[in-house]
Amino acid sequence: MSERLGAIARSRVARAVWWAAVVVVALALPLYLESFWLQTALFAMAAVIGAIGLTLLVGIAGQLSLGHAFFVAIGAYGYAYLSGAEARGAEGASGLGLPPLVALVAAVLLAGLAGALFSPIAGRLRGIYLGLASLGLVFLGQHILFNATSLTGGFNGRDVEPFSLLGFTFANNDPDELEILGVDYGALERLWYLGLALMAFAWWYAHNLVAGRPGRAMAAMRDSEVAGAVMGVDVTRYKAAAFTLSSMYAGLGGVLMALAFGRIVPDSFGLLLSIDFLVMIVIGGIGSVGGAVVGAVFVTALPLVLNRYSDSLPLLAEPGSGGIAAPEFSRIVYGLAIILVLLFAREGIGGLGRRLLAPLSRDRRLPSAEPPRTTPPSDVKESVT
Amino acid sequence: MNQFLTLLLNGLSLGCIYALIAIGFVVVFKATRVLNFAHGSILLLGAYVVGRTHESLGFWLAALCGIAAAAIAAALVELVIMRRVRGADLGTLAILTLGVDILMLTELSRRIGTDVLTTGAPWGSDVVEVAGLRIPESRVIAAGVAVVLVAGFAAAFKFSDWGIAMRSAAEDGETASLMGIRLSRVALTAWALAGALAAIAGLFLASFPSPGIDAQVGLVALAAIPAWVLGGFDSIPGAIVGGLIIGVVASMSAGYQNDLLFLGRGLGDVAPYAVMLLVLLVRPSGLFGSREVTRV
Repeated sequence: MSERLGAIARSRVARAVWWAAVVVVALALPLYLESFWLQTALFAMAAVIGAIGLTLLVGIAGQLSLGHAFFVAIGAYGYAYLSGAEARGAEGASGLGLPPLVALVAAVLLAGLAGALFSPIAGRLRGIYLGLASLGLVFLGQHILFNATSLTGGFNGRDVEPFSLLGFTFANNDPDELEILGVDYGALERLWYLGLALMAFAWWYAHNLVAGRPGRAMAAMRDSEVAGAVMGVDVTRYKAAAFTLSSMYAGLGGVLMALAFGRIVPDSFGLLLSIDFLVMIVIGGIGSVGGAVVGAVFVTALPLVLNRYSDSLPLLAEPGSGGIAAPEFSRIVYGLAIILVLLFAREGIGGLGRRLLAPLSRDRRLPSAEPPRTTPPSDVKESVT
Repeated sequence: MNQFLTLLLNGLSLGCIYALIAIGFVVVFKATRVLNFAHGSILLLGAYVVGRTHESLGFWLAALCGIAAAAIAAALVELVIMRRVRGADLGTLAILTLGVDILMLTELSRRIGTDVLTTGAPWGSDVVEVAGLRIPESRVIAAGVAVVLVAGFAAAFKFSDWGIAMRSAAEDGETASLMGIRLSRVALTAWALAGALAAIAGLFLASFPSPGIDAQVGLVALAAIPAWVLGGFDSIPGAIVGGLIIGVVASMSAGYQNDLLFLGRGLGDVAPYAVMLLVLLVRPSGLFGSREVTRV
């Protein structure tokens, strides 16, 4: 008995040490990484936040959504509009000039509001219908982004005001020359910490949500709406809540994405982004917060990294020469990854990692004892008869 | 008035093309419960084969090749990939087809490059004039072909052995298979049929007044999704009605764009989705879709 307690205590200490190491490395990384990697990491962090939101909606609450990009766009443009200065020049989009922190919170709330407004539709529709209805949102969103030029800058997009907190600006100036250990801390290095903080918050919140009462209620709703309702889950309310929360996550991801881009254009928030998000949570392992993180990093970094190192990959042709160039190669890897993961590792990369690492950790011999994953009953199976 | 009638006729003929695509979605969904996002690239494949072969083979033979290629490609997707994950949940299946779509679309757009291929159709850019209304000949033929195909399809669905097998498989797969109906064969024919219909639709979509075959043609299949959803997921009459409605809506909103400028430019692309959302708000299962029944 005491031996077992000792093992648990040891594993707790090991965990604490492990986490401390992760935190230290994460904090020190900007000292070593070049700007390409920092930029890539920022996009990945934004994607991680959005993907966690989508996995809560799709994986935990069981509501298929293809409209995630719409809410990401609301966050990004919401922040840009609320924090932006008054119209600059002829083609500049207007702004309210709010303090960035207020604008960030308001943009997230705005995305949540949009999700809440859509939830009456979401509450009426199920499964596949909801997925395709939300597809409509993306196209509506694109239409608005292209046409509401005074807010969004239209086709050419609009600049994004840098974030600042208590007089510290997350940009190249103010404080002008910030040097830490001989490394010049510019916009990317500073944004890295903002991204880390937001991402950690997003992870922590989702983790607690899933483990707690709301997470269980949503999972019950996913597995069977009727059974959930019988057990006392207010299905309509939880569906609306899941949609709202996921939209707020998307909004926060959008704000970070806007900050990382510096200038946002409507094309970045189209159907492809929605599909990307869906792919992230699926290849990471649907319904798992950690899996969403892995998937988001993979999907975001893949094209950027392949593009950068296309010279050293011998098989790739020059872009435009008709052969397979880096952009095409990354799309092919992306498509293949989706197919292979879904055919051979349905629990996703996250699950695969757990399975591979399991023999290494002594006190967790779970995977062999894990019950076979049952697929949640599809709504349509019962309905379309 | 003249403009209105022209737009209406154009819309209806465009709607016929959408209906062909939407029927493909419905047939695949009924037979295998798959939301087939690869439909667009299968359509593009058909059009691409026609575009590459019509100079050496002549249009009619090339068209046949294109239709066959699309049908075979669709059947292969079912045979090689989708069959392995039968019974998985809808989201997984849908995302799997997305993966296939990404692969096919990447390869096809690489092969097309910056070329704009033509279909080499004999009707070219001729325009028919009926009672003062000018309509592209390709659209008239598209409407005619669609009507014939749909009628033949409906008859086959109702009377042929294949149609009965298909309907019983959709009704209750387990019972159907106990009755000696081979579900795998039903699924395979459904995919092949959907591919063939998509190729025919693609042929007309790439004809005048469109500029020709480019990678964008594959995206047009997405425009048929509102038609499919509007009609209800599992209803073939629904797909036809939905197709016609969406065709007219798209044509009208593009034609009267200048009078509707307060709604912004490019209205024709987005109006179908707005109509879809409105209809779903009132009828959550589309116009003709079967209602969701929950059994406890």
